[in-house]
Amino acid sequence: MPDLGIEVLFKGKNMLRLLGGLWTALRISLIAVVISIPLGILLGVLMTKKNRMLHAILRVYLEFIRIMPQMVLLFLVYFGTTRSFGWDLSGEVASIIVFVLWGTAEMSDLVRGALISIPKHQYESCEALGLSRTQTYLYVIIPQTIRRLIPLSINLITRMIKTTTLVLMIGVVEVLKVAQQIIEANRMNSPNAAFGIYLTIFLLYFLACWPISLLARHLEKKWR
Amino acid sequence: MSLDFGLNWDVIAQYIPLYQKAAILTVKLGVLGVLFAVLIGLVCALVQYYKIPVLKQITAVYIELSRNTPLLVQLFFIYYGLPKIGLKISASVCGVVGLAFLGGSYMAEAFRSGLEAVEPIQTESAYSLGMNRAQTFRYVILPQAMSVSVPAFVANVIFLLKETSVFSAVSLMDLMFTAKDLIGLYYKTTEALFLLVVFYLIILLPVSILGSIVERRIRRAGFGD
Repeated sequence: MPDLGIEVLFKGKNMLRLLGGLWTALRISLIAVVISIPLGILLGVLMTKKNRMLHAILRVYLEFIRIMPQMVLLFLVYFGTTRSFGWDLSGEVASIIVFVLWGTAEMSDLVRGALISIPKHQYESCEALGLSRTQTYLYVIIPQTIRRLIPLSINLITRMIKTTTLVLMIGVVEVLKVAQQIIEANRMNSPNAAFGIYLTIFLLYFLACWPISLLARHLEKKWR
Repeated sequence: MSLDFGLNWDVIAQYIPLYQKAAILTVKLGVLGVLFAVLIGLVCALVQYYKIPVLKQITAVYIELSRNTPLLVQLFFIYYGLPKIGLKISASVCGVVGLAFLGGSYMAEAFRSGLEAVEPIQTESAYSLGMNRAQTFRYVILPQAMSVSVPAFVANVIFLLKETSVFSAVSLMDLMFTAKDLIGLYYKTTEALFLLVVFYLIILLPVSILGSIVERRIRRAGFGD
């Protein structure tokens, strides 16, 4: 049995430290999700309005955020804005800003997609039944939109969790950084620690995201 | 507070060749990764569609593992973890392998949803017309499945090309690496970031535009429901 470097995990507080690092990344994604869902809903609704000017501005924002790799956005906010505006941003705040910008863009696109996927006859039938505008939205459109939206938003959470690993690159001490420190500290007595530790992180991320994906898939099937 | 958006064009001209080199690397690895991802995705989707025993379970596990973990973690495991058990590969191979591992599952899902969107009655009708399995697949299932898969396929290609931005983590000298290097060495932050954005736009914008054109054409070719 070759040495796989698993035993390093059980030395001292190594496992706890890894979990602490994972929590740092998860916390960033949770904060970003909580802020971007309401903002995304707002923007998504605005996108369906037929105001040309507004539409153009939102469109540029959405396209830019969605076409740029999230790493580039992180660099722009972390290195770019601090340089141009002379303020001081911690890596964590910069990442929350970036992931809110990104999450809002993604969410608004989901909302817009869900809203325009409601067939026109739903609105027309409401009118024919004599429902007011508020009633139409409250009893017919919003319930249907929400059903379509919830599985997609849950998926967005897993995407957010996966993407926040990138904060490593702007110096936030998250799980991969902690792993590097542990591996470095144990270089002499367990040279193979990299295998065991990175495998553990791989599995930890899987355990964090898989249940959420399953839930999203379950709801999608149930509400189809 | 100094608002310093002024770009030093001499510096930019001096940096362009560096970015060009990095962009070529990014595109090369990205395209290779996408190609392998498409291959893996096709195989997995067919295995799932024809419900081949054992292989079906294996691909299902692979798809779940790959979809629910971040590329950065996958790359770290491949690049730093695997050599410890004797599997040593170069950084560029690692990038392609990682991208293919991640992309394979996304492509598989795109193809599978396309295949599943073709109603069973289509296959049954083809059989009753005397077509064999291969003909049914080639002339009946594939064209319909493709038109359903294309939007997801295009989205995946763009997603994978964007994901190449994490390659710098395994010390590949891609665009991100170059930008970080220039920022760290010379503090030419504004110019380095400006070029970074421009080069990513040059790579990604054409793909995105081409994608939406293809999507629109194929939608029109799709069968009405």
